[in-house]
Amino acid sequence: MGEEPLIRWAWIGRNWPQIEGMLVDHVVMALVPALLGLLVALPLGLASARWRVLYQPTVSLMNVVYSLPSLAVFIVLIPLTGLAERTTVIIPLTFYSLAVLIPAVVDGLESVPDHVRQSAVAMGFGPMRRLLQVELPIAVPVVLAGLRVATVSSISLVSVGALIGRGGLGYLFIDGWQRQFPTPIIVGIVLVVVLAVLADGLLVLAQRLLTPWARARRTA
Amino acid sequence: MNWLIDFFGDPANWSGPDGIPVRLLEHVEFSAVALLLSMLVAIPLGLLIGHTGRGAVLVVIAANAARALPTLGLVVLIVLLVGVGTTWPVLVPLVALAVPPILVNTYEGVRGVDEDLRDAAYGMGLRGGQVLFRVQVPVAMPLILLGLRIAAIQVVATATVAAYVGLGGLGRYIIDGLATKDFPSTIGGAVLVALLALAVQLCFTLLQRVLVSPGVSRRTRLR
Repeated sequence: MGEEPLIRWAWIGRNWPQIEGMLVDHVVMALVPALLGLLVALPLGLASARWRVLYQPTVSLMNVVYSLPSLAVFIVLIPLTGLAERTTVIIPLTFYSLAVLIPAVVDGLESVPDHVRQSAVAMGFGPMRRLLQVELPIAVPVVLAGLRVATVSSISLVSVGALIGRGGLGYLFIDGWQRQFPTPIIVGIVLVVVLAVLADGLLVLAQRLLTPWARARRTA
Repeated sequence: MNWLIDFFGDPANWSGPDGIPVRLLEHVEFSAVALLLSMLVAIPLGLLIGHTGRGAVLVVIAANAARALPTLGLVVLIVLLVGVGTTWPVLVPLVALAVPPILVNTYEGVRGVDEDLRDAAYGMGLRGGQVLFRVQVPVAMPLILLGLRIAAIQVVATATVAAYVGLGGLGRYIIDGLATKDFPSTIGGAVLVALLALAVQLCFTLLQRVLVSPGVSRRTRLR
């Protein structure tokens, strides 16, 4: 390698259109699982919080899911969903998101103080209205903390998909390794981290907007 | 199912440098070293910021950003820059992976200890360090162990990626199988890693029974 610089800036400019394509692919494959995970985790979490018998089996199952290596799951799915397909990456990542989000939803609902719940009942709130207007808003910080972890991990994990031919920015790692050329690898790492930090920041912002009372209390 | 029988039934897969026992040992070895190194960094730091409350915001933001580091990219980059030969290039990304959950859970655990409890400990005449180790750590133990468990499982599952750059471990079966279209080997490797991760999970469940004081039996959350 010798004379090879760590980064060849010209390479980035020349290949930007392709990198942009990978970036878009990466975002889709990372965000779809996080959002799908949230959509599925809400009803499952609600059910587990209401009927405690469901909680332990659900969490145990999710712990098992969480311990499966992503690469292994991608490979097992290939015969069903196809090599180098987005769905092959999206399905396992959705399950990992669920593993983080279901306990978050349950914990969030449990963080609602009993006296608040009782006040809502006393004010004549039905179960549905109590859930939507009292319990879920109070659960927001805990649920969003889970969503942040799920989103950031998804963004990082998508790149493993490159080993089965569909990894968004992860392709840059394979490309750099095969040509023994560090520039694409560094570009890939930086973009993945930037994406994750951006997504995390947006979720923090969302939390501020969704829980205005938290800020009011702090300044009061 | 037939693939699994093909893989686990082949005596050649059970002996020699490419046999399951050797690969399993390699996998456990660098996972354990990575976890120990991460604990050395993350637990003291977590205890410190949890106890003093100083620098917490910064450390937690940094830990969350570190979660985003793609392991495959780091492994490939480090091996490309320093060359193959030793196993330590794979330790760096694994440590980067394991530090955030341990650090954040340790910090949250210590910080989350009831203020009344802490004040009572000071009131009984305990000094800062005593409050930390006799009160805050035992109460935070379930969360600290949870962080360790998440880290251990992620390390075991992700260490498979090391095989891509020619290092050992159970990932060899997956990567080599993928390269040579040897599906039994790939699936067999995947199953082995999953079993190892489940074994780790079980170990931590037992550890939790032993290490968590019976006076502290609060439910903990996954993070």
